[in-house]
Amino acid sequence: MLQRLKEIDMLDLFLWVFRTVILVVVVWGTIATIIENPYPTQTWMETIVAGIAQGSLYALIAIGYTLVYGVLFMINFAHGEFFMSGIMTATIFLAGPMSASGYLDRHPYLGLLWITLVTMVVSTAIAVLTERVAYRPLRYAPRLVPLITAIGASFFWQNYFRGLFGSEVKPFPQIAPFAGKITLGSIVVLKTHLVVIIAAILMLIGLYFFVMKTKTGKAIRAVAENKDVAALMGIDVDRAISSTFALGASMAGIAGVLYALVFRQIHFFMGFIPGIKAFTAAVLGGIGSIPGAALGGLFLGMFESVGPGLFLEGLGIPAPHQLKDVIAFTMLVLVLIFRPQGILGERLAEEKA
Amino acid sequence: MPMLEVENIHAYYGNIQALRGISLTVEEGEIVTLIGANGAGKTTTLRAISRLVPLREGTIKYRGDDLAQFKPHELVYHGIAMVPEGRGIFAKLTVAENLDMGAYSRTDTEGIQEDLERIFGLFPRLKERRNQVAGTLSGGEQQMLATARALMARPQLLLMDEPSMGLAPILVESIFQTIQDINAEGTTILLVEQNATMALQVAHRGYVLQTGEIVLADSAAKLQQNEMVQKAYLGIE
Repeated sequence: MLQRLKEIDMLDLFLWVFRTVILVVVVWGTIATIIENPYPTQTWMETIVAGIAQGSLYALIAIGYTLVYGVLFMINFAHGEFFMSGIMTATIFLAGPMSASGYLDRHPYLGLLWITLVTMVVSTAIAVLTERVAYRPLRYAPRLVPLITAIGASFFWQNYFRGLFGSEVKPFPQIAPFAGKITLGSIVVLKTHLVVIIAAILMLIGLYFFVMKTKTGKAIRAVAENKDVAALMGIDVDRAISSTFALGASMAGIAGVLYALVFRQIHFFMGFIPGIKAFTAAVLGGIGSIPGAALGGLFLGMFESVGPGLFLEGLGIPAPHQLKDVIAFTMLVLVLIFRPQGILGERLAEEKA
Repeated sequence: MPMLEVENIHAYYGNIQALRGISLTVEEGEIVTLIGANGAGKTTTLRAISRLVPLREGTIKYRGDDLAQFKPHELVYHGIAMVPEGRGIFAKLTVAENLDMGAYSRTDTEGIQEDLERIFGLFPRLKERRNQVAGTLSGGEQQMLATARALMARPQLLLMDEPSMGLAPILVESIFQTIQDINAEGTTILLVEQNATMALQVAHRGYVLQTGEIVLADSAAKLQQNEMVQKAYLGIE
């Protein structure tokens, strides 16, 4: 008997305890919440829709992490800054003046289109520039080197935009047609949430088709598998990698516009937390996989939004919604422990290392 | 002027010298084979020609142009394609997408379609499996795919690295038959092989490599008669 106890790995034991504790907390909290029933159904519905909207944003940003990881096996920690830079520039130079002059009220859709275009162009340009200047020279360096460089690039862009435009929060104007709520059947949702969800779905479908069907998309996938062989086919590897960064950054740019529509606040530090969360989402879904990034983003957004109220409210925690980041990162740790390859990921460790 | 002219090339992996002054030529329309043991520098020679390995010394000329001026991805636009070692297919892409990638350098949609039909005629198995992910193919089918993919570039010079490696004997026969067919259609071939018996049967000329140097160069028929070659590579005592 003692012999058999000794054979149990301490780590396994710890993991089992960990798993059980989390499960008990979640189940207990959920049951308690349901019995207590603190919120009306309408609030739950709104929370779910908000979660999907938040998840859509994460999904769009996560695409950039997953694409770049797919071709370079590198975590591009500056990606959150690609998200910030576009919408920051468009807000200062376009949204602010257009709102002040009344143009945005007269032509809200056209105005938004301009803002989106400028945002995408700036985000893409910053991304391509960062790759060219900071990452390309280190392409064959040990993996830790580009990782540190990416963190450096992140700080660089944050402080660059802070220096350029100041560190105060800049308001993003309200786009009139998207103000207020809309009733869909029995539920009432924020119009901006609906816009975010629809736009994200369209962009993700568009991106998937681009990567699967176009010549550039196929070239990116070929480069992701084998750079030397891709070059033998006549694919310019450097250009394919630039395209990958551009693609990811344009998605992040769109996410920036959608973020601005919902939160209406622009700040030089705004890319940091969404960037880390989107990275979490990419890992959650299985980094390197595009559907994985989308699914991971949605999961994370939902858990963050619904989780605090559902799991923690019933446990009598005073401010459960302050703990949404705790839930998000607990999820990340859980996934890394029990399914390191993510929801849709493949086992890469041995194959690619 | 030879189609391909390799002159005194030296290449290194780190500090280890892999090639010690290789010189060889390939004439238009020929099949030339490089034979030798593992680690003799056969693959490195091909990788040097396709610009994937940098040269310390020496030149490689293709139709009189120094290849040093080209980047690896530009070669295929000049008519050089390669079937890489270990097949190097894109395992996550479908068979059809792999073939698409082979024709990446081309813009003549009709010509590509024609070649696709021709290649499906040559490799009916690939036609059956064209929508299958390439990683699920058998070893022989993957080899067919790698060869077919290189042909999609409609190359003038085809570099083949160990096309028979790891294949069942019956497939080896058919791969070498294919090599002869491709050559008969006008493609010049530089063939690296460990299976010297088969390689010398299909080739016009051959070079024997040992530790990064060429130790013998002759017509394939003469090499087959050579005592040293028979002993070391053909298994004839």
